[in-house]
Parts: sequence; C-alpha cells; structure tokens
Amino acid sequence: MSGSTTLLALNRATKSYGAVHALREATIELRAGEARALLGENGAGKSTVVKVMAGVHRPDLGTVVVDGEPVVFHGPQDARDAGIAVIYQEPTLFPDLSVAENVFMGRQPLAKARRIDRRAMHRMVADLFARLGVPLAPEQPVRGLSIADQQLVEIAKALSFDARVLIMDEPTAALSGSEVDRLFGVVRTLRDRGAAVMFISHRLEEVFALCDTVTVMRDGAITHSGELADLTPDQLVRQMVGRQLDQLFPKEEAEVGEVVLEVDRLTREGHFVDVSFAVRKGEIVALSGLVGAGRSEVARSIFGIDRRDAGEVRVAGTRLRAASPSAAMAAGVALVPEDRRHQGLIMDLSVERNATMTLVNGLTRMGLIRRGSERAVATDWTARLQTKVHRLSDPVSTLSGGNQQKVVLAKWLATKPRLLIVDEPTQGIDVGTKAEIHGLLSQLASEGVAVLMISSELPEVLGMADRVLVMREGRLVAALSREEATEESIMFAATGQQMGVAA
Amino acid sequence: MSLRAQAAPPVELRPEGSAATGLVQRAMQVRELGIVAVLALVLVIATIGNSRFLTGQSIRDMLLDVSIVAMLAVGQTLVVVMRHLDFSVGSVLGFTAFMTGQLFVAHPGMSIVLVIVIGMLVGAGFGVINGALVTIGRVPALVATLGMLYVIRGVDYTWAHGKQINASDMPSAFLSLGSGNIAGIPYLALIALAVVLVVGAYLRTFRSGRELYAIGSNPQAATLAGIRVSRRSFLAFVASGTLAGLAGVLWAARFGTVDATIGTGVELQVIAAVVVGGVAIFGGSGSVYGAALGAVLLSVIASALVALKVPSFWGEAINGLLLLVAISLDRLLQQRLSALLRRRRVRHAA
Repeated sequence: MSGSTTLLALNRATKSYGAVHALREATIELRAGEARALLGENGAGKSTVVKVMAGVHRPDLGTVVVDGEPVVFHGPQDARDAGIAVIYQEPTLFPDLSVAENVFMGRQPLAKARRIDRRAMHRMVADLFARLGVPLAPEQPVRGLSIADQQLVEIAKALSFDARVLIMDEPTAALSGSEVDRLFGVVRTLRDRGAAVMFISHRLEEVFALCDTVTVMRDGAITHSGELADLTPDQLVRQMVGRQLDQLFPKEEAEVGEVVLEVDRLTREGHFVDVSFAVRKGEIVALSGLVGAGRSEVARSIFGIDRRDAGEVRVAGTRLRAASPSAAMAAGVALVPEDRRHQGLIMDLSVERNATMTLVNGLTRMGLIRRGSERAVATDWTARLQTKVHRLSDPVSTLSGGNQQKVVLAKWLATKPRLLIVDEPTQGIDVGTKAEIHGLLSQLASEGVAVLMISSELPEVLGMADRVLVMREGRLVAALSREEATEESIMFAATGQQMGVAA
Repeated sequence: MSLRAQAAPPVELRPEGSAATGLVQRAMQVRELGIVAVLALVLVIATIGNSRFLTGQSIRDMLLDVSIVAMLAVGQTLVVVMRHLDFSVGSVLGFTAFMTGQLFVAHPGMSIVLVIVIGMLVGAGFGVINGALVTIGRVPALVATLGMLYVIRGVDYTWAHGKQINASDMPSAFLSLGSGNIAGIPYLALIALAVVLVVGAYLRTFRSGRELYAIGSNPQAATLAGIRVSRRSFLAFVASGTLAGLAGVLWAARFGTVDATIGTGVELQVIAAVVVGGVAIFGGSGSVYGAALGAVLLSVIASALVALKVPSFWGEAINGLLLLVAISLDRLLQQRLSALLRRRRVRHAA
C-alpha cells in the first residue's frame, strides 16, 4: 500500500494556542485507498490535526500538502474545494433547516437563473440515504433528530461531494452497533474507490475493524506511525499513554476518616446514569475517563449547578438539596470548575474581589462590603498559595494561567470546605505551578479535606489519587484502588477494552 | 471489572423521530396559520361591531397604513434571521422622508425615479455604516443600530431646524404615487407586495438566501460550511437600510407633509410585526411572508379598535400582549423541543 499516492499530508506542522503547544512538528500522510487511525489521549492534539487539515486553523510552522503541492487553506471552503470532508465529533448542522439543505448548504443544485432546484436536491439526498440505508426524509427538519441521525446527515454531506479525503473525528460515539457497521460499510467502499480516510476513535475494536495504518500522538507530537497489523491492542494503548511518572506528585500519606460525600444512584438524563460512590475524609478520589464521559456533569450535579433527575447526594450524612449551589456551599462543598476563565473567575474584576467572592456575605456591614476585610482575606490567601500578583487591585485577567487557578483555589479554600471538587485542576498550567497545586491538594487531604479530582491526565490521576473511578459513556465502569490503577487499566476501562487482552 | 457497562441493546427510534418532526411541522404551521386565524377573527368582530369596517375606502386606508411597515418588516427579517436587530430603520425612514421634501424644494422639477433612487442609496449608506459597525467593529447589532437611531435622528433635527415641508412643495405626480391606485389597490400596497414577493423568493430559492438561515441557525456550523458570515450580515444591514430609504420616500409621497419627527418609534412597530409574524428572534427561522402578515395583523387590529371606538391606549396594550405571546410561544417551543431531544438522546445512549 505504500506505493499509493499521498492525497493530503501535514509536513512538520506546528500550532500553538498561547503558551500551549497543541501540535509539534507533526507529519502525517493520508494515502489513496488507505484508512489511517489517529490515536492519542485527550488533549494529545488530534483535534488540532483535524482543524488544520480542515482549513479551520492554519499551522504556525510547517505546511499542508495536497497532491504533493504545499497549499494554504484560507478557510474551510478551501479545504472542501480540495475534496476534503470532515465529520466532527459534534454534529455541525443547522437545526432550523431541512436535512437536504444541511447536506447541500452552499452547494445546492441549481436550475435556471441560479435558482435552487429543490426537486433535484431532494432526489439526490434521497439517493444518498438509500445508499447509506438510512430511513430519513430529505425534507424533514434537523431539529428533533437524534445525535446518531445527525451524524448520518454529516456522513451524507461528506458523501455528497465525493470527497477524496474523509476525516472522521469520533463519528461513532453516538452510534449504535448496526449504525456503526453501516457507516463502516460506506467508508470501506469510499476507501476501495481510492479515497483517503482518517479515523479518530477511542474504541480500539473499531480502529482494528476499519483501519490499515495508525498514527499515535502524545502531547502534540507524533510518537508512532506504521502498519496497524504490526501492533496488538495492548501495545497500542502503551503507545498512547507511555510516559514516565516523575516527581511531579508529592503525595503525602493522609489518614482516611469518615465518609464526607456519598453519591447514591445519581442520574441526569442525557449525561450520566446511576452513578454511586463515596469520598472519605483525607482521601483524594480521582474521577477518570475520556472527555465527554460525563465526569464534569457529575461534579456539576453534586454541586447543584445542574439539576438531577434521580438519586441522592449526602454530605456528612445530610441530604443535599438538589440544584442549589448555595446549599452545597453551606454544607461545605467547594467546586473548582474546569473552565476557569468563564466559570471560575470574573476576568475583569480585581484579584481581591475574585478571591473573596465566596465570602462576600461574611465581609459586609449593613449590606456594604468592607474593603478592609476583603483585602485582609485576599492578602492572606494569595500569600498562602504563593500567588504571584503585582497588585491585589489588578484585574485577574492580567495573571498567568497558573496564578489564576490559585486565585480560584484561594476563593474556595477561604470557605474552609469539607469537600473540595476540582475539575481538571492543572489544565493549561506550567509544570512548576502544577507541582505546587498538586502539593496543595495533597496537603489539604492530610488536613482532613475530602478531595474529588476530575482529571484527563493519567499521570496526575495515578500520582495523586487514593482511588480511581472510571466513567465511560455516562456510567461508572470501574473503581480501582491505588494498587490496581495503572495507565493501562484506566485506559482499558475508559475505552471499553477487555482487561484480558493486556499482558 | 464487574462494573463494566453492559452492551446496549439496539434501540429503535424511528417512531419517536417521526413524532418529533410532526411536532416541529405542526408548530410551524400553527405559527403562520395562527396569524391568519387571529386576523380573520379580528375582521369578523370589527365587521359585526361596525358594518362600514370592510368597505372599499376603509380597506384602502388599511392597505396604505400597512404597506410601509410591511416593507420595513421585510428588511428587518433579513437581519433578524441572522440573530441581529436593526433599530435604526425609523430614523433612516425619517431622514429620507425629509430629504425627499428638501430635494423637491431645491429642485422642483426633479425626476421622481431619481428621488427614489437617491432615497434608496442614502438608506443603503446608513446600512453600510450599521453593517460595518457590526461585522468589522464587532459591536453588537442592538447597540450599533440604537446608536445610529439617535445619530441619524440628531442629524435630521439639525438639518430640518424645526422646518416643515408641505404637499404644495411636492409635484402632484409624486403625491399621487402615495395616494393613487390601480383597480382600487393602492400603488403603495403593490410596491410593498412586490418587495415581499421578491425578497421572499430570494430567501427561499437562492443559495445566498438560504445561507442567511444557516447563519442564524448555527453560526459556527455556517463558518465550517464555508459560508462568508460577515459578508452576509453586512449585506443584510445594507438591504434593511435600502428598504428603509425607499419607505422614507414613499412616506413623503403618502403624507405630503414632512418634518424631522417622522418615523419616530416605527422601528418598534416593525420589530413587533416581525416577531408576531413568527420570525424567531434567536435567528434561523421565519419568513418575510410571516413578517408581512404580522404587520397586517397589527395594523388591522389598530384600525379595528378605531372602528369599534376603543380608546387608543388599548391598541398599544394589545400589540404588546401579542408580542409577548409570540415570544413566549417561541421560547416554549424551543424548550419543549430540546427537552425532547435530550430525552431521546439518553435512551439512545443507555
């Protein structure tokens, strides 16, 4: 197969978002008649590869190569004109428009005087659906379709312009078994006709069922590229995670005490089902799993941001009122959210105002905030967390990511929580500050705080957690002790692979 | 690994799928049919209460009243479909109406066609400013066009300086454009109808027209589909301004008397008509036919209340009520549908 021509390639492409290197000198070749799997952990840079190939982003360095010629895509339209079709993880459809219009938007068949030929369009879409074996009507609106049906509309869109290169970013996440089979049938046909396919999935059995070659990414760089047949699933998982655990995780031994948080059969329709677990005093419990497995949603529901449809949350034995963050706060729960810029902080407000946000009611006299007490609390906590702040009155947006995260932590630690929930606590934070935050979490646990940590970074999970809970597709699928938890065992549970395959 | 999830049995979703679509389609039909039904109801009540309500002259007056608002509603629809708003149309109308009078005062023999073209060009010019503020300046449309509303009105006041221009200053051929008719149908109504049909056909059957709906429906997906979102938004503001310019010239022809206060508050009537007519304020759906029907309904209600000798205060209150009902309906529909979608998604995943 190596003799076939390369249709689309990235040549030493590099892309950074601010200080984060999403892609480092990545070289990938997609060849005619070949299906290539792109694998890696969350945040390894797969989506960036897709966006660069789709013309959404331009690489900072390196080139995109089409048919051997370096090209510059000025937008998604250029990539589409080059015959590149992309199916994104989340469907990118127009809910108000019909299925047929979604398939042909911007490329509708025209009759006389450049008017859209609706009849022809509906006929062509009906043909496409017949080829796919999908019982969808061309004229029905997309609003109301299931995610799976929406994904099929995306596939029909890709088919409709006879794409030479088909890129699929986890297209199967919402599909049932038979739908996946049908999709794969279509993709194989396309491939056999000479299209190049790139397939991203966390389900390894699908990767083996569909792909010929594989590229593995880690931390924005390509770590392996070759024939898929040469690898076992076990080796593949090792390629994806293979990292050295270093001294980033100064885990202290803590005495584990009584139960602080009990989650009992918690369910939120469409997000997670039947989740039960407990976190004890002095314990750090990690909630692991792939992005979209429902981890953050569980945290949001415990804290009362999202309502819950069934189940119960108890803090120190007392039932927590549903959908009430203030009740959660009163019970001693603190939540450091994943998106600190939008959910954790108010970027335009000063450091001190942000740091004391949770305490505001305790710092007032006759309803007015006392600046003196506010400053005292903020000074105390920013010093304790070694936050590098020029002036406390500066807007929090002027701080670095790591220091911003410390302000969020300060804001919650000032409430003296019993239970601290941290969602991706070190995402986008430099190594030094990372270690400080890990040290802080560990120290809090030894002081008797119960910590629930959501993290996509396996080394962090393994380095910090006393126990690891793994979620997959909205369900808790594994509970591993510190001894049982390895990068492999967590990845196997998170991707739904059988443990037996592992060595 | 006893906690592993069990493999999900395949779930047959078709019946639910069709139920959901049925709901959407019903809701859309109800929206347009609803306006017609309310309209019929108002006409019946008004005719029973006042037998002269549906006579030739009274119908002609209603058509004249509605024509200008309907034209503005068409322009507004183009903007609202993309999740924007154009508050400046009332001021643009006022400005071009006064400008029309000034042109005739300064050049009494001026060609009527030329005046109309100038009016539309000036309106388009204001649309260019609105569009540039929104797409290049990234100012929210609400703020940009509200600012323009005051700026244009201020310029208008300064220019008019309290002056009023009367019918005697305008050529009679021009004035007959505003009051004349063919076979009993006023010219104004025919022009408005032409605008509605042309723009309606454009939105329905041309690629760029459909792109407006795509942008309003999901802006990110529109970008990914290669649609030039900024260019479309910009042109919609220009179109809205152009129609407001045309409406201003026709306003001068219809009333014959122009000063700087003309068209104050018209933008609210227009937006009300658009929303009542079923153009979703969150973008992506609705038609200019609906918007024009909305304008007709609001105008007929106003006339009916006069015919029934109801104090005019109630007219405004009823318009307000209709607006609230229309928006609540919109909101409710959206929520019901997304709830439906969520439930089906879980069942699918579980």
